[in-house]
Amino acid sequence: MFTSASIKELEKIRAKYPTSRAALLPAIYIAQREFGWLSPEAYEAVADILEVPKATVRGVATFYAMYKQRPIGRHLIQLCTNVSCMILGAEKLVDFLKNSYGIVPGGVSSDGRYSLVIMECIGACGTAPAMLVNDDFYEDLTEKYIAEILDKYK
Amino acid sequence: MESLLLKNIDNPASAEIGEYRKTGGYQSLAKAVEMEPKQIVDEVKKAGLRGRGGAGFPVAMKWTFASADPKFPKYLLCNADEGEPGTFKDRPILEKNPHLLIEGMAISGHALKAEYGYIYLRGEYPAAKHILEKAIQQAYEENMLGSNILGKGIKFHLAVHQGAGAYICGEETALIESLEGDKGQPRIKPPFPVNVGVFSRPTVVNNVETLSNLPCIIGMGGEAYSKIGTPDCPGPKIFCISGHVEKPGVYELPMGTKLRDIIYTHCGGIKGGKKLKAVIPGGISTPVLPPDKIDCPMDFVNMPKHGSMLGSGAVIVMDDSVCMVRVCHRALRFFEHESCGKCTPCREGTGWLRAILGRIEEGEGMEGDIDMLLAVAANMLGKTFCPLGDGAASVVQNFIRYFRPEFEEHIKARKCTVNG
Ligand SMILES: Cc1cc2nc3c(=O)[nH]c(=O)nc-3n(C[C@H](O)[C@H](O)[C@H](O)COP(=O)(O)O)c2cc1C
Ligand code: SF4
Repeated sequence: MFTSASIKELEKIRAKYPTSRAALLPAIYIAQREFGWLSPEAYEAVADILEVPKATVRGVATFYAMYKQRPIGRHLIQLCTNVSCMILGAEKLVDFLKNSYGIVPGGVSSDGRYSLVIMECIGACGTAPAMLVNDDFYEDLTEKYIAEILDKYK
Repeated sequence: MESLLLKNIDNPASAEIGEYRKTGGYQSLAKAVEMEPKQIVDEVKKAGLRGRGGAGFPVAMKWTFASADPKFPKYLLCNADEGEPGTFKDRPILEKNPHLLIEGMAISGHALKAEYGYIYLRGEYPAAKHILEKAIQQAYEENMLGSNILGKGIKFHLAVHQGAGAYICGEETALIESLEGDKGQPRIKPPFPVNVGVFSRPTVVNNVETLSNLPCIIGMGGEAYSKIGTPDCPGPKIFCISGHVEKPGVYELPMGTKLRDIIYTHCGGIKGGKKLKAVIPGGISTPVLPPDKIDCPMDFVNMPKHGSMLGSGAVIVMDDSVCMVRVCHRALRFFEHESCGKCTPCREGTGWLRAILGRIEEGEGMEGDIDMLLAVAANMLGKTFCPLGDGAASVVQNFIRYFRPEFEEHIKARKCTVNG
């Protein structure tokens, strides 16, 4: 079940489209925000509210990389390792995260504080290497800079 | 050249409608609403505008097809998926100059008699989503969007649709599927989107940068606009340069600027005075070029004559510390990850290419691997459902074309011969 605030938000979104099915991607985003990840309850909620079969919702959601099929940490680190970032040292930063924080790609730190996802190009190539933490861009990364940034996310 | 598309982006308040209007913003829309739709299409034709999303398709031609279809309502979709690795040219427009895009879409909507527009924005740009939504709201408040634009009875509604991390959704029919709430897998063509697009209606899909040229074209007139850039590809182009140059970033330059000048004049040359090894000129899907092949004018017509493509104008510069096997392998990891799985040559082929490249990189390459890579690539090229698979195959072919000895050395030495 969605909260009433989310139901209202979704109604507004639905009004932007001629079909309710078109609101599926936004609805999955809302479910993810509300349930933390795409749990069985989250799928159920989306399927109910849009009157779309649960299997369809799951089929669509699993196609997209940014929908989370597993619980994630409190803060989501999305680090790019595509070519522009790679040639400027992004893979060393992956090692740094593993060695200093115990976070591996696709995993969650043992204290539940961070999740790490390796990204395919986040559009910050001119200031590579780059990452997103939650909704914020961080660019021109170094090990020292990453440590400073992560400190802010409790 | 004076900036047309990236004007004002150094102003911290550039995304505000008031700031945008101070420097002439929305005056082109005011002019356009006094014009007949056909007149606008004619100006775009005179301007010679080509799509900036990668293929360089003439905009007026696409618009004419959509206009000729009798079905209504029509839709205008802005492709803000910007997923091609190396590309970050649309982001400054989306984040810093959103009203330029909105004005361009309102003008285009009028030209197409399209009543609804969506900006399909990649999920990786959360900041841009908030900025765009706020800018759209401001545009509604000032009557630049809505059911009665500038009191002229013209209707155009606009909303943002957020993607969720799938590169293939940049392909226009996959984008349409995704907007309709489905997996982003390409559709068969024909029918083309201009006839049967989103919600089965005539639909035009154009890139962010393409649509952002409309205010300039209407403002200065198609004739004057066509004098910028090269005769076959007029206009300004946003190039985005990354990798080993002194000053990476976005540069708005005339279409047809030489690749060498972009690297050495505008970006200050190779970082630390090192030696240039390779350049990917238009995003990772475009053929890599060696240092002696960079005297090419960067436009849609000239680049193919020089063995590559303009693509998205995303220039990735690599110095001689970079291992070509590694870059090629990383590129194929990308293609394998992003293959939508719809057709076999791409779904299977990208995996095989990635696996063979991976073992060469790790020192486990075998004699005959290079020929096997070429054989797999040849079996993909021209046989995939959409250009993603072709792109993956041609990346491998071109890396081997220019850097074959490096691949051979890796196999022979059973390790990376560039970085030990
Ligand atoms: C795999 C693939 C990815 C694409 N990604 C993008 C993209 O991110 N942005 C974009 O504008 N066009 C992209 N395109 C091109 C679109 O299909 C389409 O040609 C373009 O949006 C048309 O707009 P334009 O004529 O203004 O260039 C992609 C094409 C393919 C085959
Ligand atoms: S070429 Fe690849 S991305 Fe395109 S339809 Fe086939 S499997 Fe999907």
